[in-house]
Amino acid sequence: MIDRTNRIAFQTIVTKEIVRFLRIWPQTLLPPVITMTLYFVIFGSLIGKQIGDMDGFTYMQYIVPGLVMMSMMTNSYANVATSFFGTKFQRNVDEMLIAPISTWVILLGFVVGGTLRGLLVGILVVIIALFFTHLQIHHVFVMLSVALLAAVLFALAGFTNGLFADKFDDVSIVPTFVITPLTYLGGVFYSIDMLPPFWEHLSKLNPILYMVNAFRYGILGVSDINIVWAMLIIFSFTVGLFIFNLKLLEKGYGVRS
Amino acid sequence: MAALTVENLKKTYANGVQALRGINFTVEQGDFFALLGPNGAGKSTTIGIITSLVNKTAGSVSVFGHDIDMDLRGAKKHIGLVPQEFNFNIFETVMQVIVNQAGYYGVPAKIALERAEWYLNKLGLWEKRDTPTRLLSGGMKRRLMIVRALLHDPELLILDEPTAGVDIELRRSMWDFLKEMNERGKTIILTTHYLEEAEYLCRNIAIIDNGSLITHTNMRHLLDSLHTETFILYLENNVHDVPQLEGFSAYLTDPKTLSVDVSQEQQMNVLFEQLSQQGIKVLSMRNKANRLEELFIRMTAKEKPHD
Ligand SMILES: Nc1ncnc2c1ncn2[C@@H]1O[C@H](COP(=O)(O)OP(=O)(O)OP(=O)(O)O)[C@@H](O)[C@H]1O
Ligand SMILES: [Mg+2]
Repeated sequence: MIDRTNRIAFQTIVTKEIVRFLRIWPQTLLPPVITMTLYFVIFGSLIGKQIGDMDGFTYMQYIVPGLVMMSMMTNSYANVATSFFGTKFQRNVDEMLIAPISTWVILLGFVVGGTLRGLLVGILVVIIALFFTHLQIHHVFVMLSVALLAAVLFALAGFTNGLFADKFDDVSIVPTFVITPLTYLGGVFYSIDMLPPFWEHLSKLNPILYMVNAFRYGILGVSDINIVWAMLIIFSFTVGLFIFNLKLLEKGYGVRS
Repeated sequence: MAALTVENLKKTYANGVQALRGINFTVEQGDFFALLGPNGAGKSTTIGIITSLVNKTAGSVSVFGHDIDMDLRGAKKHIGLVPQEFNFNIFETVMQVIVNQAGYYGVPAKIALERAEWYLNKLGLWEKRDTPTRLLSGGMKRRLMIVRALLHDPELLILDEPTAGVDIELRRSMWDFLKEMNERGKTIILTTHYLEEAEYLCRNIAIIDNGSLITHTNMRHLLDSLHTETFILYLENNVHDVPQLEGFSAYLTDPKTLSVDVSQEQQMNVLFEQLSQQGIKVLSMRNKANRLEELFIRMTAKEKPHD
């Protein structure tokens, strides 16, 4: 299945995606850099000093992993949702649909493109964070694999959004009304230990909590939840969503009439 | 070997429109084939199904022996498509469009660039290679779609109204180009609303109307089946009554314009002798319309029975 055509087609899609997000960097790379700098200045430096330590770290250090994760997730998602929807909207997707590419290669190409943007933004945010605080990484492998998995998972979710979207507004509905609230409630800024038991349990239904915590564990070595459990959940969501997207795309949902 | 076989193809869109009601036709390898029909006949739907952009409701399609249900990738490799509507990424340059499309077909960039240079020069687009597609004129976009369809060197080129909105000069140069491609061995299927284009280029023809095939034949044969032609004669002086012309039916459009139906067996000389006997001088004359056009209108006319 990974024959020459698929290999070259895959490289072409990934390259096209990278060229796209680099070309429009003021829309893709600059906003997270500015937003995260403001978060670090306001929450980390100004307010964080009043809050004091959290799980044995300064508040600034405590929020860095969550904010890095948040920017990676939103950027992976936005990249695929917008790029795929744009391709579909201009009917440009036909160029790929008529070509002898396996469906999974098209899906993987977009997902890898989005993942790369997510990871690049993650790296930029870490670099900014290092201007404000120092970080000692506890479990490099956990950190890297959670970052990768989360970026892939959100790129996949962005693809689903792109497939279902009929107009440009549809691409921002999910990020605004689902992802952002779940991220804020997913323990980016606080430990769920601080919540009353009811809210603590409810929080455990939030998938983003697992990513934020697993990533924080990779960097700081502290977590509200079981890491193996978290990794398994993220991994199974990723596989499930990949298959879901693949089935939809094979049927031509939203792209074939 | 057949380049394309379409059997009992049916399509009903999600909104209930029955676009194809079971059509059959074959295109032999090396053919230059016209797929004609009025707006909404189902031409683009047929092409969409062949190229996998439209899911069929029933029937089968096979491209150089590859059934699209069994071996879609195998079928796709043989096809180059020029769609009816522009579908470029408007931010990409001509070269980016080309390299991407070639990449989707597994053509390495180096080969793609060589081919691109040849085709772009051939179609007069080389100077535009770094221009974003949104800045191209309509005619340039049409040509770029042709280049894009040829980069993987397909055996079957399918063009859905490739010359729509193209000026006469450019249209003629596109015709020459397509003829040359056909002579080099490419099988070509073309839809068009310019019937002289089909008459000039195509050897075989299928006409669809309202989702059904009404003719599938050889172009020469089809034109021969047209028994009468209407000629329009421009007269020197006003004529008030329709002249009596034995064997010909004639009518006056205005006092100086006479239309005459002439069947294939009749001689023009006989017509002119009769006219000069009656002292009617003819200044000039022309065919009422392109012959194919007339046939087409007759065949697809909804009210009249097909003949
Ligand atoms: N995506 C679609 N959904 C619903 N109906 C459609 C769709 N595409 C085409 N149709 C309908 O199917 C019929 C055939 O359309 P098609 O585009 O195949 O015609 P065509 O022969 O290519 O016409 P034209 O010469 O105008 O391009 C028309 O009635 C059209 O309205
Ligand atoms: Mg059409």
